[in-house]
Amino acid sequence: MDPKTYKFDTLSLHAGYQPSKNAGSRQIPIYQTTSYMFDDVDHAAALFNLERGGHIYSRMSNPTVQVLEERVCALEGGTAALATASGMSAIFLTIMTLCNAGDHMVVSSQLYGGTVNLFRLTLPKFGIKTTFVKPRDTEGFKKAIQPNTKGIFGELVGNPGNELMNMPEVSKIAKEAGIPLIIDSTYQTPYLCRPFEHGADLVVHSLTKWMSGNGSSMAGILVEGGTFDWMQNDKFPSMTEPYEGYHGLSFAEEFGPTAFTMMARAEGMRDMGPCLAPQNAWNILHGIETLSLRMEKHCSNALKMVEYLSNHESVAWVSHASAPGHPDKELAEKILPKGTGSMIAFGIKGGKEAGAAFINNVKLASHLANVGDARTLVIHPASATHSQMDEATLKFAGLSHDMIRLSVGLEDFEDIVNDFEDGFRAAKKPRLVANK
Amino acid sequence: MKFKVRGIETFASTGGRPFDKNKPLIVFVHGSGLSHMVWVLQTRYFAFRGYSVLAVDLPGHGLSSGKSLKTIEEMGNWIGDVIEAVGCKQASLVGHSQGCLVTMECVAQHPEKIKTLTLMGGASAIPMNPELLSLAEKSNPKAVDLMMDFAHGPAGHFGGHPVPGLYHLNVGSMIVQNKEIKDTLGVDFRACDNYKNGPEIAKKLDLPTISILGAQDKMCRLKDGKKLADMIKGSEVHIIENCGHMMLLEEADQTLEILKKFILKNDPIK
Ligand SMILES: Cc1ncc(COP(=O)(O)O)c(C=O)c1O
Repeated sequence: MDPKTYKFDTLSLHAGYQPSKNAGSRQIPIYQTTSYMFDDVDHAAALFNLERGGHIYSRMSNPTVQVLEERVCALEGGTAALATASGMSAIFLTIMTLCNAGDHMVVSSQLYGGTVNLFRLTLPKFGIKTTFVKPRDTEGFKKAIQPNTKGIFGELVGNPGNELMNMPEVSKIAKEAGIPLIIDSTYQTPYLCRPFEHGADLVVHSLTKWMSGNGSSMAGILVEGGTFDWMQNDKFPSMTEPYEGYHGLSFAEEFGPTAFTMMARAEGMRDMGPCLAPQNAWNILHGIETLSLRMEKHCSNALKMVEYLSNHESVAWVSHASAPGHPDKELAEKILPKGTGSMIAFGIKGGKEAGAAFINNVKLASHLANVGDARTLVIHPASATHSQMDEATLKFAGLSHDMIRLSVGLEDFEDIVNDFEDGFRAAKKPRLVANK
Repeated sequence: MKFKVRGIETFASTGGRPFDKNKPLIVFVHGSGLSHMVWVLQTRYFAFRGYSVLAVDLPGHGLSSGKSLKTIEEMGNWIGDVIEAVGCKQASLVGHSQGCLVTMECVAQHPEKIKTLTLMGGASAIPMNPELLSLAEKSNPKAVDLMMDFAHGPAGHFGGHPVPGLYHLNVGSMIVQNKEIKDTLGVDFRACDNYKNGPEIAKKLDLPTISILGAQDKMCRLKDGKKLADMIKGSEVHIIENCGHMMLLEEADQTLEILKKFILKNDPIK
């Protein structure tokens, strides 16, 4: 006897939505509205006081956005989710729900540059301090925990060095310390990895990337695993003690496995308001319909790319967890059995100048500050995404001047190779080639 | 709120209001392996409208200490003790699934204490599928997956939680899995399977009673729910279309509306 609950590919198309409750509309309607009618004053009061479910005002929730929330939640195997205007706002909202002034976070040092800035520069303004630990330094995460530490945060495969954090081991450290493990799973999507199955308690995504795949819309999401017991210690008073905003409600007591998301919405969305536009939610949902198909092709194109680059005379080194000799290959095979994603970093012979010439002479690959588009993207981090960092921080984040970051798209592989050949040819004689 | 019942620390949600024994009391009793958390879309409403509410966690469940009670008879008796422990003489009872058997037992054992009875997704007996029972007694998480599959109608399987952002199947699953499965779900399923007093008690019930049933309930089938209602003298019956066993969440608003009418009529605030 096996449960007949829907599986991954079916959920990507159907989760969170019932046509019968939406005029039979097969595609999800875009509820382009700010606010929702109350039946009467009693209904209004009940909604405001979280006595009943429903929509009040689109800063808090919207029916189209709700479908996206449930769909990602279903794909991740979570209990609850909260979509936001961007990946950054999902991370900010998560930390602001978790921490108070005077608190501390332990954070992997290999992160998206914007996230590094948030932890390093912005959160200290609110009295939240961070200790950075290199992703492979599992013991380092343990050592960095202080009495006021409220969580461990990391990306499973660090950006852009492709170093893996040992999520199962780090999750044990978090559990022992009675704090949640938060994983930014943007690069994996639930197709490649479902962090709750490896001990994570909260997951965040920039949905702007692979989840949407179409490069049309910004969005982020927080997903809760329902695994963390907020009442096990006295570290999370805003979750466990009566909350003044809702007549003394205790979120942990009342909502248990969805308490964090309920709190993030009730307080964070209410007060900070980084809500997702319904049109953008719809665009992302449209992408999620084909998530499995796209991720499969992203990964197979990436594998071919790793082989091509590894054998190329102009390439000094290639970093991808599938690459021969990658130090995390074994761990990757364990927690990312379907593939290690489509982000590749490589060093171009000839250093910084060669890198610039390469970027300026590829034509199919798009030079831009995004990843996870259906199209192939390239960038030179040292001069673009991570350009605000000084030399030392750059090195700590695992970057070098010759590094090119590549987000492999879904184009015909031969066309990508032909384009790269043009780039490499130009990079060999950077001074002789006109830059575009 | 935490309080002692038979010397054991017991938790009950009071729906977000301080408990007041002078207001009419409604006690909500959860189903197998679950906890007070399933009742949040009914309890808060009543608590903010002049009632005292206790959504109890049975011993060993949710936030209550102690060991799970092994029989429906013991659980029914324990609910009677809860009413006494909080200093009340009478209460209205609301049960879901196994909670229906428990509340019926409570009425049989303490008729003087119970004013009204609401049965959601009930039946006069809940025999368990032997494979499901055995999986639960072995703490196999598959038992929870199967339970969630059977317990939910289209809302659970496709989605559409009344609270934006929540996903039915996994919320239910985590409420159960946050405890050792064999110590809660396993014990409860066995208690349901063993319980045979239902029909006899149902025929003797003599108090305002209502059955709220899901048209697509696969745990306690609609026909069994109707049969139970037929056994109870003067019982009201409400069928919610397009809904499974978890009507209190899947169709929380409809469930609340039906419950509201019934309670306001039969146990009004004086
Ligand atoms: C891993 C990761 N997390 C978070 C973000 C931020 O997301 P957004 O750009 O949607 O705000 C990005 C963006 O590049 C990212 O790559």
